[in-house]
Amino acid sequence: MFDFKVVTDWIDTLLRVQLGLPNFWTLAIEFILVGVAFLAAYAVLALILIYVERKICAFFQCRIGPNRVGKWGILQSIADMIKILLKEIISIDRSDKVLFVLAPFFVIMGSILTFAALPFGKGLHAIDFNIGVFYLIAVSSLGIIGILLAGWSSNNKYTLIGAMRSGAQLVSYELSAALALMTVVVFAGTMQLSQIVEKQAEVWNIFNGIAAIPAFIAFVIYLIAGHAETNRGPFDLPEAESELTAGYHTEYSGITFGFYYLAEYMNMFIVAAIATTVFLGGWQPLHISGWEGFNQVMDYIPSVVWFFGKTAVCIFFALWVRWTFPRLRIDQLLKFEWKILMPISLINLLLMALVVTLL
Amino acid sequence: MDNSIIKKKILSVVPDAIIEETQFITATIPSDKLREVALCLKNDKELQFDYLQDLIGMDWGETLGVIYNLFSTSNNQQQVVLKTSTTNKENPELHTVSDIWNSATLYEREVYDFFGIKFINHPGLRRLFLRADWNGYPLRKDYDTDAKKNPIPKRNQTIEDMETTETLTLTNEGVVGGSFQLFDDKEYIVNMGPQHPATHGVLHLRVSLEGETVKKIDPNFGYIHRGIEKMCEGYTYPQILHLTDRLDYLSGTINRHAVCLCVEKAIGLEVPERAHYIRTILDELTRIASHLLGWGCMCMDMGSITAFVYGMRDREKIMDIFEESGGGRLMCNYSVIGGVSHDIHPNFIQRIRDFIPYMRKMLKEYHILFTENPIARGRMNDIGYLTTEQAISYGVTGPSGRASGWMNDVRKLAPYAAYDKIKFEPMMRTEGGTFERYIVRLDEVEESLKMLEQLIDKMPEGEYCAKTKAIIKIPEGEYFQRVENARGDFGVYISSKGDKNPYRVKFRSPCMTLVSALSPITCGEKIADLVMIGASLDYVIPCIDR
Repeated sequence: MFDFKVVTDWIDTLLRVQLGLPNFWTLAIEFILVGVAFLAAYAVLALILIYVERKICAFFQCRIGPNRVGKWGILQSIADMIKILLKEIISIDRSDKVLFVLAPFFVIMGSILTFAALPFGKGLHAIDFNIGVFYLIAVSSLGIIGILLAGWSSNNKYTLIGAMRSGAQLVSYELSAALALMTVVVFAGTMQLSQIVEKQAEVWNIFNGIAAIPAFIAFVIYLIAGHAETNRGPFDLPEAESELTAGYHTEYSGITFGFYYLAEYMNMFIVAAIATTVFLGGWQPLHISGWEGFNQVMDYIPSVVWFFGKTAVCIFFALWVRWTFPRLRIDQLLKFEWKILMPISLINLLLMALVVTLL
Repeated sequence: MDNSIIKKKILSVVPDAIIEETQFITATIPSDKLREVALCLKNDKELQFDYLQDLIGMDWGETLGVIYNLFSTSNNQQQVVLKTSTTNKENPELHTVSDIWNSATLYEREVYDFFGIKFINHPGLRRLFLRADWNGYPLRKDYDTDAKKNPIPKRNQTIEDMETTETLTLTNEGVVGGSFQLFDDKEYIVNMGPQHPATHGVLHLRVSLEGETVKKIDPNFGYIHRGIEKMCEGYTYPQILHLTDRLDYLSGTINRHAVCLCVEKAIGLEVPERAHYIRTILDELTRIASHLLGWGCMCMDMGSITAFVYGMRDREKIMDIFEESGGGRLMCNYSVIGGVSHDIHPNFIQRIRDFIPYMRKMLKEYHILFTENPIARGRMNDIGYLTTEQAISYGVTGPSGRASGWMNDVRKLAPYAAYDKIKFEPMMRTEGGTFERYIVRLDEVEESLKMLEQLIDKMPEGEYCAKTKAIIKIPEGEYFQRVENARGDFGVYISSKGDKNPYRVKFRSPCMTLVSALSPITCGEKIADLVMIGASLDYVIPCIDR
């Protein structure tokens, strides 16, 4: 399997040895390269996701979807991006200007920081903390500050209701999501993402013998809770368009609205990617013990393809749910979390601890 | 029970009432005695006139007055029409009946708006459609239509005029004017609409919230009021037909049918059998189309956009049938006085034959996709209950009323066109919750498909339109006609002085009463439920803002 470490090492030696740059400048150039790569990947992935969502949604609804700009409408989201960049940013009278401008940056920062810590392939991992899972949980909840600020600073009653809903929802579902991830941390014995992935080389967590039972339960809970965290249907209450017009981002326009839009899609990707990393073996290929030939064939498929393939499956699942189910009501939503998901996650964590001690 | 008992009872309360007898009793009551008669009709064990179908303001030239069109839901749909008037045109005052029939609350505000009649003891008498600072009362015969009287404001204005409302209270010292505030200064008021994705038109709901919970709702109408009733007074009867499509645009065909029936009844025109069948088929197709849209919108209001698209997709098939035969899609302009404007397209029958099994299959899919969905059921169950008594008192007719156990299907109660020649059952539920209102609509689609099957089998050959005179003049008198449109009891009232134009036309909007019932069943629920309960009542705003 191709290791991306070859590429990164080559760049490093190129800068240090061939060009003879001092340590400071090497790192500075490398940081800039990584940053640019991430920003580009972030934007491109979001554009692809927007197109994919529109197309898949159209197929669910027996429509054709975008089909005018480019072949099969592929260029549609690029056209939309250009449009949104050119649009006027409308400033609201009697809004809290500073917070109003600041809010979308919190949202986008939260999702970029999470995005940057993901292992995309073998050796394609920008920063590998030893507390990787903890970092993901912590950073991904930064976005809620942006949402609350947006709701408050817009000086609009709908946005305020949307922000309050969002706050209640995120605080609640964060618990389940974190507990679900903790279940795997207990099993893997580490919070480092690279090691969690490494340990799934032989068999993915959700297929791993007796531990598969709590791992699978945790996987399902994580998908539900993660889905709720990203504010997408059936949990899209903060922006329930039939009640709250557009919820917390009602007053945003132009690129500031675009930030929310990007962040929403990327959060969907991030949730799917974390689920892939933690439960579905990350970039590890599918191995079945004993089937040597099969395993070797699987190894020929590049790790990046595995990672994005698995993530795509999770995303498709999310889209499927979104375009099938109606929206929950706020009290039902919170009841579902506190009375059903939370107890199950706690018991599941206990179950996993039991499994680990027995093994 | 025959009319003589009613007559006796009315005369025993008011000896000087003037009573005319046709198919129903029309009683003219002095204005000071009206409440006594109303209470007697409502509360008398034998009479029980508990359904105020319509309240029509009138300007008879010398006098201003009101016509009350009453029905008894328990007594075989007996009808009584009460009339009362006042000669004081400067400051006309009548007594309210809004405490007797809840539906009168909005009706009386409408009459106040258009005729300036003040109703003593009305709980919140203010203009319903027009701005509070409007000059004149438009439906009065002496109204000055000069645009300079009511210039269009060119600057933004606050909506503070909505906050307070004038009242007239009857005390020992006589009638005392007063005012009260609708909302406290401390209340958290959200303006839902007039521009809002979930109001299905330009309805403006002022909602007082406590957290997510709805405390009070104040509906405001009039954002697309076009003065159709006033326009009708200047139009000939065939011209009026075109305006009726624009009332409840989703059941335009049925509204048009109602006016045709009313005019035909007035001039004693015999309509060919084939025309009756064609009109009935159109009515049922319209009903299906309307229910599909209503279903889709309700699903969309709960966040299920896919269901909405499904509803629109299947509605499209009906639109195609309309387009082929009538020429129009939403407003097919097909019924005319005397029949239909031209014969059906050769494909018409076959298209419907194809549509029936298709729709049945799709209904099953709807049930799988949405009705059986646990989230959808969780949202709809145990919410927004409307009791039978409330439904009757608020005049909630149509599928919404039937979901509350009130059999109010005009097609059965007073059959018109070809409805007496086919077998069908009015779809009923008794619980009156949101889910019942939802499911009654889908049941009705299924029942309408059965009706369509019978209708296309029985469709006779022959003429499709009776010959009418070039200029249609209705003999002097008053004519009522009710039909069941997709939202309920749609009524037409035509008062004629023998001209080619009517003297007064009133359309009974089933949607206005639906909105009036929104407040009692939604208060205490969540804001998300307000949207959904509203969608389950399925009102259309142009029907309210006539």
